[in-house]
Amino acid sequence: MTRAAWLMLAVTWAVIAYFNVRFFGMVLRKK
Amino acid sequence: MSSKERWGSRAGLVLASAGNAVGLGNFLRFPAQAAQHGGGAFLIPYLTCFLLMGIPLLWVEWSIGRLGGRYGHHTAPGMFDRLGRHPSFKYLGAIGLCSCVCVAGYYCYIESWTLAYVWHSVVGTFKTIPPERFFPDYLGQHQGSLFAFPREAAFWFLVTVALNVWVLSRGLAKGIELASKIGMPLLILFGAVLAVKGLTLPPGAPGVVESPLAGLNFVWNPRPSGLFDPSTWLAAAGQNFFTLSIGMGSIQCYAAYVKANEDIALNAASMGWMTEFVEIILGGSILIPIATAYLGLAAVQAATAGGSGFGLGFLTLPKLFLNWGWFAPVAGALWFGLLFFAGITSSLAMGQPVMAFLEDEFKIERRKAALMFGGTTAALGFFCVWLYPGGAFDEFDFWTGTVALVVFALIETFIFAYVFGMDKGWEEITRGADMKVPRVFRYVIPYVTPFLLVTIFVAALVKPAGAWGAAMASLTSGQGWPFAPDSIIGKIVHAGGTYAWFDAAGRGTRDLVIDLTRVLLTVILAICMGLVWRAWRRGRSPA
Repeated sequence: MTRAAWLMLAVTWAVIAYFNVRFFGMVLRKK
Repeated sequence: MSSKERWGSRAGLVLASAGNAVGLGNFLRFPAQAAQHGGGAFLIPYLTCFLLMGIPLLWVEWSIGRLGGRYGHHTAPGMFDRLGRHPSFKYLGAIGLCSCVCVAGYYCYIESWTLAYVWHSVVGTFKTIPPERFFPDYLGQHQGSLFAFPREAAFWFLVTVALNVWVLSRGLAKGIELASKIGMPLLILFGAVLAVKGLTLPPGAPGVVESPLAGLNFVWNPRPSGLFDPSTWLAAAGQNFFTLSIGMGSIQCYAAYVKANEDIALNAASMGWMTEFVEIILGGSILIPIATAYLGLAAVQAATAGGSGFGLGFLTLPKLFLNWGWFAPVAGALWFGLLFFAGITSSLAMGQPVMAFLEDEFKIERRKAALMFGGTTAALGFFCVWLYPGGAFDEFDFWTGTVALVVFALIETFIFAYVFGMDKGWEEITRGADMKVPRVFRYVIPYVTPFLLVTIFVAALVKPAGAWGAAMASLTSGQGWPFAPDSIIGKIVHAGGTYAWFDAAGRGTRDLVIDLTRVLLTVILAICMGLVWRAWRRGRSPA
């Protein structure tokens, strides 16, 4: 894996994980 | 009655909606598309389109759905009738109904393949029969006729339809919601197990010729040149559009069962990002890394050159799993099991609007409506099963699973933003919202989203046979525009070959099957519109 590929993967995964935790977390909290 | 039905829990609704959107394309098409269009750079246009088209359309569809539900309408014809100022709008809604009926027919057929593959993985069929020989036989492609009838495929198809009917007949909370609460976590679990197993394959393991990370690199290494290629943006917009199950009225139907002041903005956003999780994180980490480990990068590049990982998923992976010893049947069951869960949560979402239409507008009882949906799906699906080698399946997919979705999305965006009006529309989106919806979307929805949709539609309409630049050069030099055989115009005029219904021996050709399929699809659309007309004429539609 090149450094650019790792960077792209890490940033994209982090963005997706952040919004999933944030939004689905809110869904679970605000029933 | 459907109007009194409600979701059992909010998390269940979001899981059901995400299950609706998550389909086979997340695991088979996305990684191939990303690898072919700039690698990691593909994610820039992809996520841009998600923010400017995907999320806004989700909000529009959820808003239309909740509004329709308030008036007892759970399907697009009634919703459009409520939104619009002209009685003809309800007939435009029939396009969504037609898509659900037709897509369910052929989609359940694909779904049934995954079920059959689970069975054959477990019993070890692929140890003795290679998948590349098994699959054409299974589809009836080796029987020397365009009209061969594959018995085993028909059996698994019937099982799949029966399963869908059974779940749908149990109702919203005990049927679709429960299936999604079981199916979605299992799908994620199966995907995670396969991704970890695949990405940690050691270089010296039996059969491994290359590091799986080379495959991951193929998907993720950014090639910035891709960003300046229009085809990359078109591919990104198209993949994003089709992955979210937008444009067929199924999201509206799910949203119609929430209360009038219940949040939809957060539900839609959560559903959208969950779909991206499955597509990008899971979908990008299974197929290509595992295939690369056993076949080498060059073979995988060749196999995904057309932008689809379908061949790798159904023909290659079952064979590669055999390298995993005792774990092979488990891996096969996990892979095809996750594809099955991805499939059934989507086909249920196509069944619910059809049932809701029958319940709302014709007061038909739920179980009877589920059986009617099953009967229609079985009839249309058998047409695909029987005439798969002749191209019926591809026609269903092209017209009802691709073109109709974009047309429907354009219509609903226009009605929502310009007929219903963005002031009222914005109020609908933000009413009861548990999240702050950025105000910029108040302007994205009427201007940017339709622009992207029109671009996708025009690109599909006139897609050239080669590169866009070469086609422009051909046009300006007076040689005309070379329509691709899979462009909308190319399909209509049967571009790319000789056109005849019968061959020299008097046997029916692929052109005959294709034209028959088009007639059938037109008749189904007419029937859907006729049913809408009848429902409103009889005045049995709710106020």
